[in-house]
Amino acid sequence: MSEQDSFEERLRQAQARRGKDPGSAKAGLPRGNWGVGFRAGVELVSSLVVGIGIGWFLDRWLGTWPWLFLVFFVLGSAAGVLNVYRLFAPRGRP
Amino acid sequence: MDALSQFELKPVFGALGDAVGFTQSSAHMLLAVGIITALMMLGTRQRALIPGRVQALAESAYEFIHDLVTGQIGDEGKRFFPFVFSLFMFILVGNLLGLLPYAFTFTSHIAVTFALAAVVFLLVTIVALAIHGTKFFGYFFPEGAPKALAPLIIPIELISYLSRPVSLSVRLFANMVAGHVMLKVFATFVVLIGGSAGVLGVLGASLPLALNVALVGFEILVAFLQAYVFAILTSIYLHDAVHLH
Repeated sequence: MSEQDSFEERLRQAQARRGKDPGSAKAGLPRGNWGVGFRAGVELVSSLVVGIGIGWFLDRWLGTWPWLFLVFFVLGSAAGVLNVYRLFAPRGRP
Repeated sequence: MDALSQFELKPVFGALGDAVGFTQSSAHMLLAVGIITALMMLGTRQRALIPGRVQALAESAYEFIHDLVTGQIGDEGKRFFPFVFSLFMFILVGNLLGLLPYAFTFTSHIAVTFALAAVVFLLVTIVALAIHGTKFFGYFFPEGAPKALAPLIIPIELISYLSRPVSLSVRLFANMVAGHVMLKVFATFVVLIGGSAGVLGVLGASLPLALNVALVGFEILVAFLQAYVFAILTSIYLHDAVHLH
């Protein structure tokens, strides 16, 4: 039993050394209310901006205004929500 | 005197600077690089067992980023230490320089912060491609997701990935601009109120002045915090690139 424990302990240490400890990730980021709120806002807006940018550019290129713009607007919003979700979700893929 | 004129770029160093478009922003970047180089060179010259002030400063900066990088990325992170350290020191010194009177904050320009974020983004992508090859593209489609959802998931993941440099640069830029605009606005209040109504005006002006003193302290905190956030997010992105999960 104790051998098992020491193995688990060594495994955890080795994983932490390789940066795979799920607990340590993101622990360093500031956790203040304003900081988190601002980060969430920036993530949401920047995804939307990237989505709109891609849609607008593709539309100009392919001459399909405004359809791709609308599609990428929605996709950008979804990506923004996904980013905010990842901000709060524990590390590891959802 | 408006609050935004402080961000205007003006060529310096006479006709030569004018000809090549060498602005006060570039001058402050050079100054920042000079300060960092001087700090690290002076700090490591003595190599004392018991460090003096400059050596202690250089060592604590080094150890701070070293712990951050190895803590976030793991042992492989040591390869990226020089990159993250340069990035952190450049942003930190730039932020702090901008708080001095008459100085210019080059991190308050989206062009500068976006260039830094783009370098990070390119490095992260190249590292991920170099280590994992085509497996990197699996990053955009989580394992076990239904194939039918691919047309929806891949563009969303792609946009989410592409939004990284945007959010990274906008965060730093917006924080610096907001802080400096606030400082300027309250400083204008001091002048306007103080010069308007004699003794009463001077009494009234002490209020925004006190607020400005507190704001400068807060801005020093923000200068450190934003450089730290930039460095730690770079490390997190590099962690994703190295381990790819």
